[in-house]
Amino acid sequence: MTTPPIVVAYDGSGAGERAVTLAQSFAQSSGAALVVAHVLEWSPYSFLTKEEIEERHKRRKEEMTRAEDVLVSPVVAKLQAAGLTVSSDIRFGHVAETLVDIAKARNASQIVIGRIGSSGLGARLFGSVTGTLAQIATVPVTIVP
Amino acid sequence: MQRLTQRAALGAFLTALPAMAMAQDEAAATIGDTINDIFAASTGWFVALIFANVPGTGVPWIVGWLVIAAAVFSLYFGFIQFRAFKHSIQLVKGDYSDPNDAGEVSHFQALATALSGTVGLGNIAGVAVAVSIGGAGATFWMILAGLLGMATKFTECTLGVKYRNEYPDGSVSGGPMYYLDKGFKERGLPLGKFMAVMFAIFCVLGAMGGGNMFQANQAHAAISGVVGDYPGWITGVILAAVVFAVIIGGLKSIAQVTEKVVPFMGVLYVLSALVIIAMNLDMVGEAFREIFAGAFTGLGVTGGIIGALIQGFRRAAFSNEAGIGSAAIAHSAVRTKEPITEGFVSLLEPFIDTVVICTMTSLVIIITGQLMVNPETGLYILNDSGGIATVGDTSGVALTAAAFSSVFGWFGYVLAVAVFLFAFSTMISWSYYGLKAWTYLFGEGKGKELVFKLLFCFFVIVGAASSLGAVLDFSDAALFAMGVVNIIGLYFLMPVVKRELASYQARLKSGEIKKFK
Repeated sequence: MTTPPIVVAYDGSGAGERAVTLAQSFAQSSGAALVVAHVLEWSPYSFLTKEEIEERHKRRKEEMTRAEDVLVSPVVAKLQAAGLTVSSDIRFGHVAETLVDIAKARNASQIVIGRIGSSGLGARLFGSVTGTLAQIATVPVTIVP
Repeated sequence: MQRLTQRAALGAFLTALPAMAMAQDEAAATIGDTINDIFAASTGWFVALIFANVPGTGVPWIVGWLVIAAAVFSLYFGFIQFRAFKHSIQLVKGDYSDPNDAGEVSHFQALATALSGTVGLGNIAGVAVAVSIGGAGATFWMILAGLLGMATKFTECTLGVKYRNEYPDGSVSGGPMYYLDKGFKERGLPLGKFMAVMFAIFCVLGAMGGGNMFQANQAHAAISGVVGDYPGWITGVILAAVVFAVIIGGLKSIAQVTEKVVPFMGVLYVLSALVIIAMNLDMVGEAFREIFAGAFTGLGVTGGIIGALIQGFRRAAFSNEAGIGSAAIAHSAVRTKEPITEGFVSLLEPFIDTVVICTMTSLVIIITGQLMVNPETGLYILNDSGGIATVGDTSGVALTAAAFSSVFGWFGYVLAVAVFLFAFSTMISWSYYGLKAWTYLFGEGKGKELVFKLLFCFFVIVGAASSLGAVLDFSDAALFAMGVVNIIGLYFLMPVVKRELASYQARLKSGEIKKFK
């Protein structure tokens, strides 16, 4: 039986980098595979103009390609170079909920995510991705400061 | 015809220019009157043709045309509007959306965007026009037309998606011109291309009329109702500048803000109406009695029952645009595997637009007692022009404002903002529909598109400066002309929709189309 994989949330930020670094050390010591997850924020209930609707399919493809090429692929390549088994998962949706979905789909043992560390009014009012994830996750979550 | 109007109106504008140097009032009157006279004179024949009565009756043939079509589609699809109502709501909620398609336009977004194009002045001003001429009874016929119109929308939007053009870059173009053209060819029917071109011409006219001038006109009426009377061309120039900034200047942020504010305005409007209705709960029974009595006796309105019926049907068609073909253009831009799902989603539009929102407006006008009734006979008191006398001698959007303000004094201001935003969002929507028809006719290209957009801005000014009567008649006529061509097409293509429906229902039953939530 293989060790269940670890999902690491990566958004290209410094916090994302720190999460990847920690997940890498987890993977190296346990022999688990890594899943680099990237979620593009998207709500099916936002309002779009007619032009936005017409262009949506094109934009979605562009956003997907950009996330793949600019953000995820370099990280995957770097981790593979370190000798790890790595795959990626790029999806649209509510960030925390989608990360939970990815972890479920991959039978992951845990989710590693970086924290931006904003304690301002915005985070208090709207909540943060990491906070929400900690609330709703179905597997253990490691939050990297 | 359009070129004629344009040249005439441009001529009017140019000859009137020196007058601008004169005293403000005089100048305004000159420009307004000249535009108005020339406008009425040059569009009169078109309006007369569209609204000609069925020989020997007082019923305009076009009204019968739309309602008969809606009834035919309702029967042909076995009252799909009621059978599929629950499924439509499940689709909008996303119960059948594949999570792997996240990031594509959702059914909810498609519905919200299509609604922001139809919910507008028809719901506020149009309904007021209907009840001030046809009485409370017009409401009954309006609701009936709205319910039947759901089947028409279902048919046209399914076809819009099915026969759209998909381009290599992933963008899509669709609407009646495409299904008339491609659908007729596929079924081996002649004249498809000809009808597609006719539709596109009427669509450009409709975009300039109901989608533009009527909106500008009523936006001016709403603002002058709050700040006092002032020349219409001033509103026109300001509104045209904003429209210019959006559709030519590419200031997308304005359109995006409007698209986001309009739904909230719509909700606020309905909530306010509900509060007024709740505050006068004891009057609701009486209001419905008046609606039913009016529907079947006319309660003394000009033209009797037929007068009430025509007003109700006409306003419903103008407000929810079922059968006009505009929604088919809007929905065809949505990416979906099953064309019929857009049909299901779109059938909710006439329901929300007409059966819910228009009825709210109507109930508020009736409940607040704006229509003057002779206490002895129980019949309406008519004014000089044959309409019903109202408390403040108002009509159109001013009547709705008077009705809401009689309960909430400040509502006039909210309504003025709402009307302005609704008008603006409807104009932006119609500039899109018109442009789609324009590019179908003349091909795509920056220069060609610019010509359309400049014309569109010009007509904003014409619309704001004209009087209501001439603009309203032309707006209705151009929109209904779209309906004439579109519905002929729908009759010939409805078997295609029936096949889609049967196939979809079979797969839904077998579990091939599965629920994700």
